[in-house]
Amino acid sequence: MTRFGRKMAAMAAAVAFSGASIAAPALAQELKIGIKTEPSALDPQFHTLNPNIQVAAYFFDALVAQDATLKTKPALALSWKAIDDTTWEFKLRPNVKFHDGSPFTAEDVVFTYERIPKVPNSPGPYTIYTRSMKSFEIVDPLTLRIHTNGPAPLLPLDVAALPILSKKAMAGAAPEGKTTAELNSGNGLVGTGPFKFVEWQRGSRIVAERNDNYWGPKPYWKTVILRPLSNNTTRVAALLSGDVDLIEDPPTTDLAKLKTDPKITLAKAISNRVIYIALDQHGEPPIGIPDTNGKNPLMDKRVREALSIAIDRKGIDDKIMEGVAMPAGDLLPYPMGGTAKDTPIDKYDPARAKKLLEEAGYPKGFSITLGAPNGRYINDLKIAQAVASMWTRIGVKTDVDANAPPVFFKNRDSFKYGAYMAGWGASTGELSNALKSLAATPDRAKGMGTTNSGRHSNKEMDAKLVEALGTIDDTRREALLGEASKILMAEHGLIPIHFEVSVWAMRKGLTYPGRADQNTFAVDVTPVK
Amino acid sequence: MLVYIIRRLMQAALVMVVMSALVFAGIYLIGDPVAMMISPDASEIERDAVRAALGLDRPLWRQYLVFMNAALHGDFGKSFLAGQPAMQLIFERMPATMELVFLSLVIALGLGLPMGVYAGLRPKSIGAKTIMTGSILGFSLPNFWVGLMLIMVFAVLLPDLVPWWPRLPASGRGTTVSVLGVNLSLFTGDGLLHLLLPAITLALYKGALIVRLARATAREVLPMDYVKFARAKGLSERRVVGVHVLKNIMIPIATVSGLEFGQSVAFAVITETVFAWPGMGKLLIDSILLLDRPVVVAYLMIIVVFFVVLNLLVDLLYSVLDPRVRLESRAA
Amino acid sequence: MSETALDPARAPVAARPQTPFQRIVSNFCEDRLAVFGLVLVLAALFVAIFAPLISPQDPFDIGALDLLDAKSPPGTVSGDGKITYWLGTDGQARDMMSAIFYGMRLSLFVGFTSVIAALGIGIVVGLVAAYAGGRIDALLMRVVDIMLSFPAILVALILLSVLGKGIDKVLIALILVQWAYFARAARAAALVERNKEYVEAAHCLALPAGRIVFRHMLPNCLPSLIVIATITLARAIALEATLSFLGVGVPVTQPSLGMLISNGFEFLMSGSYWISFFPGIALAIAIIGINLAGDHLRDVLNPRNLR
Repeated sequence: MTRFGRKMAAMAAAVAFSGASIAAPALAQELKIGIKTEPSALDPQFHTLNPNIQVAAYFFDALVAQDATLKTKPALALSWKAIDDTTWEFKLRPNVKFHDGSPFTAEDVVFTYERIPKVPNSPGPYTIYTRSMKSFEIVDPLTLRIHTNGPAPLLPLDVAALPILSKKAMAGAAPEGKTTAELNSGNGLVGTGPFKFVEWQRGSRIVAERNDNYWGPKPYWKTVILRPLSNNTTRVAALLSGDVDLIEDPPTTDLAKLKTDPKITLAKAISNRVIYIALDQHGEPPIGIPDTNGKNPLMDKRVREALSIAIDRKGIDDKIMEGVAMPAGDLLPYPMGGTAKDTPIDKYDPARAKKLLEEAGYPKGFSITLGAPNGRYINDLKIAQAVASMWTRIGVKTDVDANAPPVFFKNRDSFKYGAYMAGWGASTGELSNALKSLAATPDRAKGMGTTNSGRHSNKEMDAKLVEALGTIDDTRREALLGEASKILMAEHGLIPIHFEVSVWAMRKGLTYPGRADQNTFAVDVTPVK
Repeated sequence: MLVYIIRRLMQAALVMVVMSALVFAGIYLIGDPVAMMISPDASEIERDAVRAALGLDRPLWRQYLVFMNAALHGDFGKSFLAGQPAMQLIFERMPATMELVFLSLVIALGLGLPMGVYAGLRPKSIGAKTIMTGSILGFSLPNFWVGLMLIMVFAVLLPDLVPWWPRLPASGRGTTVSVLGVNLSLFTGDGLLHLLLPAITLALYKGALIVRLARATAREVLPMDYVKFARAKGLSERRVVGVHVLKNIMIPIATVSGLEFGQSVAFAVITETVFAWPGMGKLLIDSILLLDRPVVVAYLMIIVVFFVVLNLLVDLLYSVLDPRVRLESRAA
Repeated sequence: MSETALDPARAPVAARPQTPFQRIVSNFCEDRLAVFGLVLVLAALFVAIFAPLISPQDPFDIGALDLLDAKSPPGTVSGDGKITYWLGTDGQARDMMSAIFYGMRLSLFVGFTSVIAALGIGIVVGLVAAYAGGRIDALLMRVVDIMLSFPAILVALILLSVLGKGIDKVLIALILVQWAYFARAARAAALVERNKEYVEAAHCLALPAGRIVFRHMLPNCLPSLIVIATITLARAIALEATLSFLGVGVPVTQPSLGMLISNGFEFLMSGSYWISFFPGIALAIAIIGINLAGDHLRDVLNPRNLR
């Protein structure tokens, strides 16, 4: 034992020595970020997955950028305008250099957009953003025209999702130039972005280095290390122990403690993600409602309203979300495109809910199953349980069927749920995206109602939406979208619960303004002056 | 003996075929991989295009035949999610898991075996009772709970409270060096520091299991005639225990160590998640939950072969440890 | 086991008991730690069996939960004044004490049933493989290899997707992933026994194979298998918790003990310690009790250890 003891002492000394260097404050100008999910690839045209989009923004720029509230702002394009109903013209930023020193021109843009359909085996193709593009016309090296198939009012937003690659660096034997595998290893990973690629060890770290020739405001950090820390508690522990400087999305249960920790600062931003409940409105017989003699109570607007006002949104936000959610009465928070400041939020009123059920002919209520994913959205399972408990209290006996995401999606897409809870983040930051996918009458070929598994349908709303989707004028379009959303909400076609508030936790001495799309951009992380 | 080994390896090939068929059917039953990965904005036409690109538009048996044909030529398919060869993704991550499990098994055997044998020799002593009661704690606490407690104590609380206390890293893998072309962190100081907490977490359960097994089997063996005979011959206690007793308790210990090694290599998911260890267990869980079939198939084919080989080694070990176990007896 | 085991007075240490049963009882009671363990086991069983009678609240009735009472510390009186939350409430306003009672019931049931079933299957397969040898051994062991390689979550996901949700499906999944482990261990033990003199003697007597395997070899293989089984009980409960945590376990509205722990885990650092702490203590009590009592019982029952 004594020999063992001595060994331990020697080891402890060794640990103390090397431990000291670990505990020392991080090297100046090095930023370590604990991210929740690792990208599936570094090729910015491989997979429309949020972590991929986030990391791509370190190395690449798009023609158009989105600010913290997702409004468009100039990036590699200085300005853009619609010349006619089917043509957009982009004026490109002069004197921009790629990481390898070559100049950025319209050629690179056209190469980039034309590569998208050629990327093989993409599990989430970027073609969803190039759908409307018909042809490209290079007017001069810094002027590009995009001809569209029809009116494409959202083209600048589509373009914002497409980071620009270097035609020169991407040259390769494959039809798509450099392949996804080559880009993953850094070969051809040459952009105009604020950081240059250094290395990617899958599962472990992505290292980026400052681009000193960046055209925009230069990042403060010389080196940025992104570490995937998927477990919530692990991520917090890594921050507390100084392993990382900043983490995304700390679990809500730890917020109270982090708030009072003198070594930690929190940043918050309202997100574009709404948590909502969809109710099956396809007709008779109802799904998963056994005790109404084949009648579907959810077809009745009064029942849908009753279910909405039976939800104590404030209670959920206080007790489950720890204050990092905002009760919702729409599919996007104000001031995003199409929303109104005075949108009403359904008031919690169980007494009136019971009365509405009675009026609709269900004085004794009915039974229903609420489907929910487990582990997809912040506290999804807990919210579903709370809603079930609130519905049960007004007489709608609710059972929660919470499943791992693959099973939940399968059940939802094959219409197994009478009601289900899900989330939607409109990446465009305006209402057409959410209305089109969640609320429009399903027409899968046209991409309408692709995620409307409650099969709510309202012709009036559909008409407004279609009109908006063909309107180039921003103000007019947003007004139409607002009207469409108002119809949907008045019908209680969907029941919004809340908007998630994104949270970042970082060591004292740093600030981050936060973003509605929940992305973490090292460029915007700065030391407190 | 050689025939025996060759026959085993041929069986392994058969097992791989069965395994891959099971996984194909299993994932097909669970859900649609495309629905998991594609942007929810995508229209049905775009979804169909992805299905076609990934080969998911064909009937299941066709997909399987295509896979088997490619697999016979050494191509086990590309990950749906990452677009890279599944085998490459797995082998990239394998060393990290292997070294973690190896170290934990060394800790578990190194501490567990002597403690268990001691407790078996002197079952009434205070030391034995302490060991046995203590070992219960080793498996009654959930794995993730232990891991996070270790992080909280050694990476956060102690270094904050005691100024001279060294801060252990809370997560991730340390500096690696290339040994025979494999990147290992086992041979660097920083690497060992990062390994310490996850290895202890993983070793706790195994150690407890080995302590209890060693004690139970030692108590079985001690009253046996050959032990009495060895003692009667006047052999030293050290030799009696070290050779005669130890040799006879090694079969269950070897079996369980082999099983534990296999289980941990294949499914050290919880520990890897808690410590953000870039191993392959995490890759498997993520792939299963995203229905990334090529990775799951390739992974489980590797694992099943790994188990066949591991169990072969354990079986060979039996005949070394106990000549009475004749492996080839009655084999056709 | 009977109540007499609890009463040391009726089994005096010094007296020479008459029947084997009395001898076992008195030997068992010699060890105070083991008696303590037995008390813990009986307490856990009592709580599990009578949960519906002794719980202040029905934690499965979600209509009775009021979110306003969520995360109340131990000792708080509920908003409507009807019950006192002696162990506090969780994030769903479930009374922790009731949830633990019901959870214990579920966890012990799932743990015991799955381990016993898996042990039974494993023993049969392992002994048959070891005794028969040759092709049968190879076939059975390759099936075992496949089962060992199949991750529990994949099994559970497939069952969930095909058969739907339910405790019975979780049980099937747990048995499916556990039996192979026992089969492998049973075969190892039996391989040693197969070549011992008594088996040869039995052969010479031309006893039927089934009798040799199950009446003669099995008892000699049991000690190491029981060690593994008692420990695996803890692992089975934890495995069930892990499956629940990943969304493929028991229904969320009917939490098991393991699920309470993993759900409460994130509260550990937040100050609401009771949400994870008390279920953890309850599980530890049950497992420690089972093992303390089990250890000694095994020694007492083993005739070779009677000296």
